[in-house]
Amino acid sequence: MIPASIDLPSGRAIVELDRVTKTYDTGAMKVHALRGITLRIEEGEYVAIIGPSGSGKSTLMHILGCLDVATTGRYLLDGATVEDLDETELAEIRNERVGFVFQQFHLLPSLSAWRNVELPLCYAGIPRAERKQRAVQALERVGLGDRIQHRPNEMSGGQQQRVAIARALVTDPAMILADEPTGNLDSHSSTEVMALLSELHASGRTIVLITHEADVARAAERVIQVRDGTIVDDHDGGDDALLAVAKSSKAGASA
Amino acid sequence: MRLTETLRIALDAIRTHRLRSLLTVLGIWIGIASVVLTVGLGQGASASVKQQISALGSNLLIITPGSTTTNGVRGGFGSATTLTFDDATALENRSVAPDISAVAPVASSTEVLTAGTTTWTSSVVGSTPQWAKVRSRTVSSGRFFTTDEYNSGARVAVLGEETVSELFGGGSAVGQTISVNGTELTVIGVLASTGSTSGTSDEDDTVVVPYTTAQQRLGIGSTGALSTIYLQAKDSDALSAAYQEANAALLTRHDVTSDDADFSITSQQSLLTAATSTSKTLTILLGGIAAISLLVGGIGVMNIMLVSVSERVREIGLRKALGATPAVIRTQFLLEAIALSVVGGLLGIGVGWLGAVVLPKLIDQPVTLSAWASAGALVVAIGVGIVAGVYPAGRAARLAPIDALRSE
Repeated sequence: MIPASIDLPSGRAIVELDRVTKTYDTGAMKVHALRGITLRIEEGEYVAIIGPSGSGKSTLMHILGCLDVATTGRYLLDGATVEDLDETELAEIRNERVGFVFQQFHLLPSLSAWRNVELPLCYAGIPRAERKQRAVQALERVGLGDRIQHRPNEMSGGQQQRVAIARALVTDPAMILADEPTGNLDSHSSTEVMALLSELHASGRTIVLITHEADVARAAERVIQVRDGTIVDDHDGGDDALLAVAKSSKAGASA
Repeated sequence: MRLTETLRIALDAIRTHRLRSLLTVLGIWIGIASVVLTVGLGQGASASVKQQISALGSNLLIITPGSTTTNGVRGGFGSATTLTFDDATALENRSVAPDISAVAPVASSTEVLTAGTTTWTSSVVGSTPQWAKVRSRTVSSGRFFTTDEYNSGARVAVLGEETVSELFGGGSAVGQTISVNGTELTVIGVLASTGSTSGTSDEDDTVVVPYTTAQQRLGIGSTGALSTIYLQAKDSDALSAAYQEANAALLTRHDVTSDDADFSITSQQSLLTAATSTSKTLTILLGGIAAISLLVGGIGVMNIMLVSVSERVREIGLRKALGATPAVIRTQFLLEAIALSVVGGLLGIGVGWLGAVVLPKLIDQPVTLSAWASAGALVVAIGVGIVAGVYPAGRAARLAPIDALRSE
């Protein structure tokens, strides 16, 4: 069940970060992973967050995905305040509003494709019959309608990642958060997965892509570059922007 | 999320690791099996003792010479010759003992029996025709001796089933002749077996003859001393009154006080109590050992659950990312531990019941299984599962999703 949200008025904010910081206290020293991020992502946007490792993009992804909470600052996700929430409330908000796609796919090996896809619906307390129906629909949406009974080890990497995308779609979340979705895939499967994400974007999905590869970020319409815990660049997509990104990452890497 | 869903997830996890799950529950399995078997053995033993004691007769009081107390220099139990036939006659007096309905004085001795060329040593009991009634015995063939035969000291004998099979093999005994101390007696009846399940019983290996015959012809109890007087109370409510009457009558007759009584009266109830407390002690001891094995089994489950949690950190992280709350994760692992223990418990009950069928054939011990003991064992298994699961489940519930997802 994927509503065509294209018709909804655009300009509604899905993500609003206001001066968000994250500090890890390791005891011996304080690590400032995020040093004040202010960011607004609107409904239907396809945003890539790019940066080298250690730039804070993983921390940003955790906070965006409600896997972790900010030390200071405000975060509104689809209108809901994500502050001072306990583990249970965070779990509920993740379940309802965020669809995760991970680099390692993170499918449960003992479950068939549709059972993997229905997992978030289980946790949402949806009845069994509806779960299966929605899981099958989501699998059909990613082109795996003929693979619903297959287990992860009976599928290629690209297919596994598409199952994971189906799982991210099945709850109809406010945002799909893809963390290096092509990191474990060969170039053919990568192209396939990126095409699928573009297709979802075209149908109105809000997609946030976290990557360190400029090539992957090319697909997005907006590229946000993170370094040392702050946003150093926020461009519309396109080759010019990516050229700038590529240059600055090289500069960052050689520095 | 509904509990049934969580249960399904937990059962899936067990099914995925079949062999490991089976090894995990081995401890519980053995523990529950031994608990079920031990309790069954204890109950079987106590049931067979109860059966033996109630086979003595109903509403029975047993008077033996000497005393069961050991103060002073009194002679040993049963060794004294203080009970006489006259004591028994006195107790038959309804005005002295209105609550006693029947009295059977017994003089007995172990003698060598001969039938043709076969010899067998057995206990020869001399008593009155009342004996059969007091001891609740019937004859399976032939008849018991009559008052006339008693009065005349007839050369007749009634044999126990065991004695018959030893002396005559499978053949019929009634009408045959046996010889006791050179005196020939005609077998007129065979006592029905007491049906005791535990091997050979003295109750079935015996020769009952009229007291007069024993005393005059066989030289048993010729001094007039009795080995036992069996009393039957009118009914079970009259037992206590019958006890008091017999006690008072004998104290008066022997001119002694209750402090230095030269006889003792026991009831079936007191025998039962003693026997039951013995088997209870044994059951508790064995049950304790079985419980320790169950405890070890529980620790085994806890150990594997901890391994399982650290092995499945990524799965836990993923489930949390997808919206599983800490409570759901906790329930999942707790249910897994409980399900493992229940599987172990059911297997254990199965083995216990199997043992209850096989064991009596191997060691000649009856095993009584009760549904209650098995249900109790299952409840204990669930309890073990909860105790073993709480800590690992708590650890799983507390895992931070980002750390869990990142782990390789």
